[in-house]
Amino acid sequence: MIINHPILGPRDAQEFVYLGDAALINRPDGMTAGIEAFHDYLYVRDNPAGEHRELWYHEQGDRSWLVVTRNTVTHEIIKVELARDVAKAAGRTK
Amino acid sequence: MSQQNRMSGGQIDRSRTLRFTFDGVSYEGHPGDTLASALLANGVRLMGRSFKYHRPRGPLSAGSEEPNAIVELRTGARQEPNTRATVAELFDGLEAKSQNRWPSLAFDALAINDRLNSFFTAGFYYKTFMWPASFWEKVYEPIIRRAAGLGSLTRQEDPDSYDKGFLHCDLLVIGGGPAGLMAALAAGRAGARVILADEDFRFGGRLNAETLTVGGKPGADWAAGVVDELRSMPNVRLMIRTTIIGAFDHGIYGAVERVSDHLAVPAPGKPRQTLWRIYSRRALLAGGATERPIAFENNDRPGIMLAGALRAYANRFGVKVGERVAVFTNNEDGLRTARDLQARGVDVVAVVDARRDGALLPGIRHLKGAEIVDAGGRLGLRSITVRQANGQTETLDVTALGVSGGWNPNVNISSHRRSKPVWNETLQAFVPGEGGPAGLVAAGAAAGLMSTHGALVSGQKGALAALGELGLSGASDTIPEAEDAPVSITPKWYVHSGKGRAWIDPQNDVTVKDVKLAHQENFTSVEHLKRYTTLGMATDQGKTGNVLGLAVMAGLTGQTIPETGTTIYRPPYTPVALGTLAGRSRGKEFKPFRLTPSHKWAEEQGAVFVEVGMWLRTQWLPKPGETHWRQSVDREVLATRKSVGICDVTTLGKIDIQGTDAGAFLDKVYCNTFSTLAVGRCRYGLMLREDGMVFDDGTTARMDETEYVMTTTTANAVTVFRHLEYCRQVLWPEMDVQLISTTEAWAQFSVAGPNARRLLEKLVDQDISDAAFPYMAAGNITIGGLRARLFRISFSGELAYEIAVPTRYGDALLRRMLEAGREFDAIVYGTEALGVMRVEKGHVAGNELNGQSTALNMGLGKMVSRKKDSIGMVLSQREGMNDPEGYRLVGVKPVDKTATLTAGSHFLEIGAAPVIANDGGWLTSKVYSPHLGCEIALGYLKAGDRKIGQRMRAVNLLAKTETEVDIVSPHFFDPEGERLRG
Amino acid sequence: MRYSGLRVMVEALTGHRGWKPVWRDPAPQARYDFVIVGGGGHGLATAYYLAKEFGKSRIAVLEKGYLGGGNVGRNTTIIRSNYLLDGNEPFYEFSLKLWEGLEQDFNYNAMVSQRGIINLIHTDAQRDAFTRRGNAMILNGADAELLDREQVRSLYPWLNFDNARFPIKGALMQRRGGTVRHDAVAWGYARGADMRGVDLIQNCEVTGMRIENGKVLGVETTRGFIGAGKVGVAVAGSSSKVMAHAGMRLPIESHVLQAFVSEGLKPFIDGVMTFGAGHFYVSQSDKGGLVFGGDIDGYNSYAQRGNLPVIEDVAEGGMALMPAIGRARLLRTWGGIMDMSMDGSPIIDRTPVEGLYFNGGWCYGGFKATPASGWCFAHLLARDEPHVTARAYRFDRFLKGLMIDEKGQGATPNLH
Repeated sequence: MIINHPILGPRDAQEFVYLGDAALINRPDGMTAGIEAFHDYLYVRDNPAGEHRELWYHEQGDRSWLVVTRNTVTHEIIKVELARDVAKAAGRTK
Repeated sequence: MSQQNRMSGGQIDRSRTLRFTFDGVSYEGHPGDTLASALLANGVRLMGRSFKYHRPRGPLSAGSEEPNAIVELRTGARQEPNTRATVAELFDGLEAKSQNRWPSLAFDALAINDRLNSFFTAGFYYKTFMWPASFWEKVYEPIIRRAAGLGSLTRQEDPDSYDKGFLHCDLLVIGGGPAGLMAALAAGRAGARVILADEDFRFGGRLNAETLTVGGKPGADWAAGVVDELRSMPNVRLMIRTTIIGAFDHGIYGAVERVSDHLAVPAPGKPRQTLWRIYSRRALLAGGATERPIAFENNDRPGIMLAGALRAYANRFGVKVGERVAVFTNNEDGLRTARDLQARGVDVVAVVDARRDGALLPGIRHLKGAEIVDAGGRLGLRSITVRQANGQTETLDVTALGVSGGWNPNVNISSHRRSKPVWNETLQAFVPGEGGPAGLVAAGAAAGLMSTHGALVSGQKGALAALGELGLSGASDTIPEAEDAPVSITPKWYVHSGKGRAWIDPQNDVTVKDVKLAHQENFTSVEHLKRYTTLGMATDQGKTGNVLGLAVMAGLTGQTIPETGTTIYRPPYTPVALGTLAGRSRGKEFKPFRLTPSHKWAEEQGAVFVEVGMWLRTQWLPKPGETHWRQSVDREVLATRKSVGICDVTTLGKIDIQGTDAGAFLDKVYCNTFSTLAVGRCRYGLMLREDGMVFDDGTTARMDETEYVMTTTTANAVTVFRHLEYCRQVLWPEMDVQLISTTEAWAQFSVAGPNARRLLEKLVDQDISDAAFPYMAAGNITIGGLRARLFRISFSGELAYEIAVPTRYGDALLRRMLEAGREFDAIVYGTEALGVMRVEKGHVAGNELNGQSTALNMGLGKMVSRKKDSIGMVLSQREGMNDPEGYRLVGVKPVDKTATLTAGSHFLEIGAAPVIANDGGWLTSKVYSPHLGCEIALGYLKAGDRKIGQRMRAVNLLAKTETEVDIVSPHFFDPEGERLRG
Repeated sequence: MRYSGLRVMVEALTGHRGWKPVWRDPAPQARYDFVIVGGGGHGLATAYYLAKEFGKSRIAVLEKGYLGGGNVGRNTTIIRSNYLLDGNEPFYEFSLKLWEGLEQDFNYNAMVSQRGIINLIHTDAQRDAFTRRGNAMILNGADAELLDREQVRSLYPWLNFDNARFPIKGALMQRRGGTVRHDAVAWGYARGADMRGVDLIQNCEVTGMRIENGKVLGVETTRGFIGAGKVGVAVAGSSSKVMAHAGMRLPIESHVLQAFVSEGLKPFIDGVMTFGAGHFYVSQSDKGGLVFGGDIDGYNSYAQRGNLPVIEDVAEGGMALMPAIGRARLLRTWGGIMDMSMDGSPIIDRTPVEGLYFNGGWCYGGFKATPASGWCFAHLLARDEPHVTARAYRFDRFLKGLMIDEKGQGATPNLH
């Protein structure tokens, strides 16, 4: 597979490490959320057959974490974003 | 007589003669021959035996689809099993052997299976060999295994090397026949970066095998002219002997180039084969088509082959397969064979044409509406029995028969992404369907365009369309004149006749009867048919037989062929040597070595090294006279504890963390607190995964208000860094914190023992007295002006430091420390002694940090702060991870000091039976403690914190040994920590 | 019809006219007591044991494609019970014991062949870990042996002993491990179930679930609504898709695992072997092909196909371990979709929907689990109580912190 890195252009997927569903961005706050919220966050997945937003890390590259929107049936990649931008847009701060 | 079946003409170089042997008999051939063509030229039709019935077999084809003529090629460690004689290029000195026969190819004892064929039907083995149960492994299976298989491996290491490479192009053209050549020409002339690959050792495809003309020239000559022009273009890469093995995601294709298989041995420095990964923006599949047979009784006799192969041998190789030839066809193309052979003066006895209408061939006995019902000649075809349209049968003496049941477009590559091919009624064949690999289009016969004209037009059109999508434009040059014959085919899949067997998949001996049996037993789904009968699972992957098998099943169920379905095409297109896929990653080069800064010095000393991940670390350093590793390790431990020892700990992960939020960041990633750490101090940190299990540990120092230096374990250096980047970018993107891995930037040594300070004081420019540089101090220092870092930390329990210098000074620092330490008898210790001392001190390491353990298990539960949010804090509170009966880290000492312990042994109470209900846990790490004079261990023991002082058994059921042990605190050595504060 | 050597001989002499369909193709009835969704190994085994061991009737198995078309037909055929953890080892040992009597039980030769499996050891830490594991196996009533380097050499002298990047230091062996002809498992269970009146309904895809007041009433399918007393879902690979019909999200990701077979070769490897320093495991089929595999591709996928880097990675592991296979050829690759669970272990449990039961999350351990999975799922469906060996396979183990994490990788499915 080839991932079109927003900064570096097309790169072989072998340069990346896969983590999983980009919903992992939405980590609850440990001071307010409890075990159930963290359980749902960490363990439960949509796991769609189709478009999937997922986290990839450019380990053999610039160390960017990316959010890749990819079809899990065809493997077509629809969109690639910097995870930091996505996280900030989702309201994550410090 | 030599080459008695060689005729004139063809694309072979008669000026040179190549000698070769088959089953020990010497023959001659010429450059341009394949092993099969050369054997046929010498009158050898019998080349192999089938898998199950051991039927005598000759080549069915003249290409890579060959199921029958497979041999063991070469000798010694270069022997390769199952090589298709039809694509093996002849070279001088080639040696080949037939396979899967004993004692000889002409007389094969296991041909008895053929006599017993009525027992050995499809799937018979599922119904028998069940009684008694133990006989399967002991009796039946060994016999079956010995009889099965085809060629053999020598068990010697493959002496050849293999390589890998990457290529990029605008257009990859798969196949160098008329369509592919035309496409490459159009794209090449347009300036696109083109790769043209063909599995053959000569471009031209079917043009080499036909007498057709292109642009008024013989087809092969036209092809050679195009190749000359392409060769002159710097933007075109021509790759012969290169098979595109598979289509992968996003325009990536795998290709195998057989660099040296046409040579006796590879040229010096050259690989046998190269695996290319081709990154294409667009691809054109011009892989042609494969002819398929018609099944009739005994249609597997040596001498019976595909009609197109028969004329390929005649036209390309100048070989007649037999003196008296017949053709059996259901389509117009089969007639070409009769015409071409007749033109060459071969006696064409008859054309058996399943079609009833159409013109008759002049000058040839052309039997319309006829079919072949049987063939005779066990080791080579002698006769065929023809049933004419009027029902009369007649036996004809022939020694070669060409069969054509039509052509199947080679849709494989277009279906590798699991799109389904679609049925074309006119062709009676599958053509590429929708949803194939993105960016790939088919042209020529692969797309179902069976005429030369169609190939030329579609090749050019396909290339120009692909270029258009890339924003390149090319010219629609004139298409050279070529034949444009329509396909005329009447479906004819198999001949209904007597009780004999008609082969569909010749290698696996799948016959029409087997398909019928599968139908009778309701294995009617195409996948059930394949799996039950093994149809299409031979080395040719059903290239000639699959559609035929489908058609037979369709006839039985009354469904159409497309309703019956098609099996899935999978990579590789043709089988690929495993050595090629592995490339250079073998032997010691399987993975790179990472060497420590002290490696050179240690090598000089004769150190013993150990693989730690990709690192090689010094395990111990034997001194003269030491004959057992324990002597060396005990000495290293005792010398360190007595005076001072040095250990290279560069492999520990090192991460610089800077920014105004660095402290807050560490509070998130460590379960304990770091923001409160004073500048110039370090602290032991415990890192959890989000699931609350311990991820890693290490010491992190605050070098400045906004700068920390983290150390990780060797094993987790990469994953911790990845995790920190994740936390920084994804979870807390607004934090002002920057990271860089400095694992390879700093050489780091542990200096431990009562004289550690005295040694370092001789080198370090600053005051490092206990008052100035107390326990857990950290700072930037200099050594003779060289910048360095010093940390007063200890995992051995001794007064100890870790000192770091830029990596390139690591070797020099070690030598200087040893020089300075000579007065203290300083020694270097390896990972074994390191392990001994950390176990003596009760520190967890790899065997305890197993990803299945909590801080509580390790006796570090209090480190998890609940006053702040950190990774893993919440989920570490789950009830299952806080069971008071759960595992706790304990120390283990044998009651009898001379007794031995084994890591991995399990705890059982005294007198308890060795059953899982009594399992108390296990010994994680074991060492011999020279300090205590006995073996000691750490272990995870259920409710271990309440069992200190108890006596238990450490049981190793694998070795059937057990040792009575005392459960003690894991801190065997200096539990109060007086020495390390000294 | 009972299969036997005698029967084969009689049929051979009478033109094979007597062989009957191995299963019927019944039209779906309006309602069953038990509807098993998924006609793979686990679903068929569940139906078989429900009928045979638990005396149930009015059972249907619904399969969207053809019987045995999922992972039971696309795996590397290995059976073993060399697990470490308390939650797993009794279950897999139960499964291995069922394998040992399976062919006589369902009168079908699935070629259960206990030629032994060895896990190679390359480091001292691996030896420690395998010693722990071997002891856990024996404590659970399984067999295990620790081999030293020379014992491994005597088994397979042509392994890379002399020029290895990661030297072979020994192996954990389970002699009762081995291989089974995978398709025959599906067919044997299917035949046994069909003989006991189970309706095996192919080309019948579940498209929805009818749930009222928290209770399942049946399933919507491409062949119409089928009512059910209880619905058991055993569709590993597609678990998330099917359970979404019941509004459930699962602790599972779907990943592709590739597997490989070489051309047929004369006997080369007798048993099963796993490389401990790379991603490679191998056995040789009775037909002669080297059957091997490695790691999953590592990204969510429902594509039943993988990519070249993993093919290369596996071949590299193979060549590093066995330099004599360089000239053997890879014949075919294929891919299966794995239910990769959050701790690498499966789930056999009730769901919040009354009457709806779930079996999945097998990662790539599903094939060897087939008999016990079927038995335990049948037990749960029939008695509403988990089988004693499958008690740990609960949904709520993640909430309670009772993960069964053999590899210690945490909630990262692609690392299990």
